[in-house]
Amino acid sequence: METDPADLAVRMDVAARMPGVLLAPSAPRAARLHGRLVTFWPHGTPVDRDDPDSAPWEATGALLARLHAAPLPRLLPPMRGPAKAARAVARLRAAGPHPAAPPVLRAWAALPSWARGEAPAPGPRALCHGDLHLGQLVRGPGGRWLLIDVDDLGAGDPAWDLARPAAWFACGLLSPGEWTRFLDAYRGAGGPAVPGNGADPWPALDIPARALTVQTAALAITKAVAADRAPDEVEQALVDACARMSGVEARPPELAPDATK
Amino acid sequence: MQCPKCHAPMHTYNRNGVQIEQCNGCRGIFLDYGELESLTRLEAQWGQQPPPPPAPPAAPQGYPAAQAPAWGAPHGGHGGHGGHYGHKRHKSFGHMLFSS
Ligand SMILES: [Zn+2]
Repeated sequence: METDPADLAVRMDVAARMPGVLLAPSAPRAARLHGRLVTFWPHGTPVDRDDPDSAPWEATGALLARLHAAPLPRLLPPMRGPAKAARAVARLRAAGPHPAAPPVLRAWAALPSWARGEAPAPGPRALCHGDLHLGQLVRGPGGRWLLIDVDDLGAGDPAWDLARPAAWFACGLLSPGEWTRFLDAYRGAGGPAVPGNGADPWPALDIPARALTVQTAALAITKAVAADRAPDEVEQALVDACARMSGVEARPPELAPDATK
Repeated sequence: MQCPKCHAPMHTYNRNGVQIEQCNGCRGIFLDYGELESLTRLEAQWGQQPPPPPAPPAAPQGYPAAQAPAWGAPHGGHGGHGGHYGHKRHKSFGHMLFSS
């Protein structure tokens, strides 16, 4: 599936206009090279995959906050987070039966339609990265951390960008300490997706974090089915979280307690 | 050379005498500084970039305990480096926390 050139141009333009947040492209436009649309980026140093203690949680939170606070370009397409979750679930269904699939599909069925990509998201929209994980940060020129990969930039619920770390935390893959460093940095930099000052962020994060947990579990089981193996310990942690969701009703953001300053 | 974004192998192209590394996975292209200037066709497209927006002041605060969803995994303690938890953390970090 090739990216729409007009959408790509808008996303490239956003990256070029947010130095200090997004790695700016080396050239402002995509070019055709060997029949493909290609984009040009300066080299950056990625996060060390072998050193969890060096992960830049504060920078990740602060960069997201600044991204979410940026003006929303008028032509930016909708953020595709819910659509990608729906695609992962469709792939799981297509992969055939697997003992780990039912709790994941049950958790998916309990989500509201907007989180399943079937209706527009409620609430204010913000400029979203759309595919946040630790592979999306590099140290750019000058050594500062920057976000990379504009392919999924879109307008949507900014809580969706926090949902993958939130899901890792909820699944026990990210420690409370690391999660708090990330969330505090996001709030400290004025991030709009969650209420400030220690108010419970989960009314805002609950549904996106459930959706990301389902998405990640669905992709993991699909892979396990293809390889004809049982889910590993980490994959099982995602499935277990999906199973726990069925016992706990989703908390819609409307029921969030007022954020008091 | 590995792609810094998706870690797939990079393929080297030669274009107008300039070495270009393209990722076989995500198709991202990486140029060293200076190489771009050699690509005269792209040089003409250089635009002016606005100055960076002012950075919002950081207000770091610590909370005694992280709030969690009711369906969240039980976390033992708040340091996150203990037994059961630390094991899973190391196992998951390099791949789960780096993939879409
Ligand atoms: Zn790549």
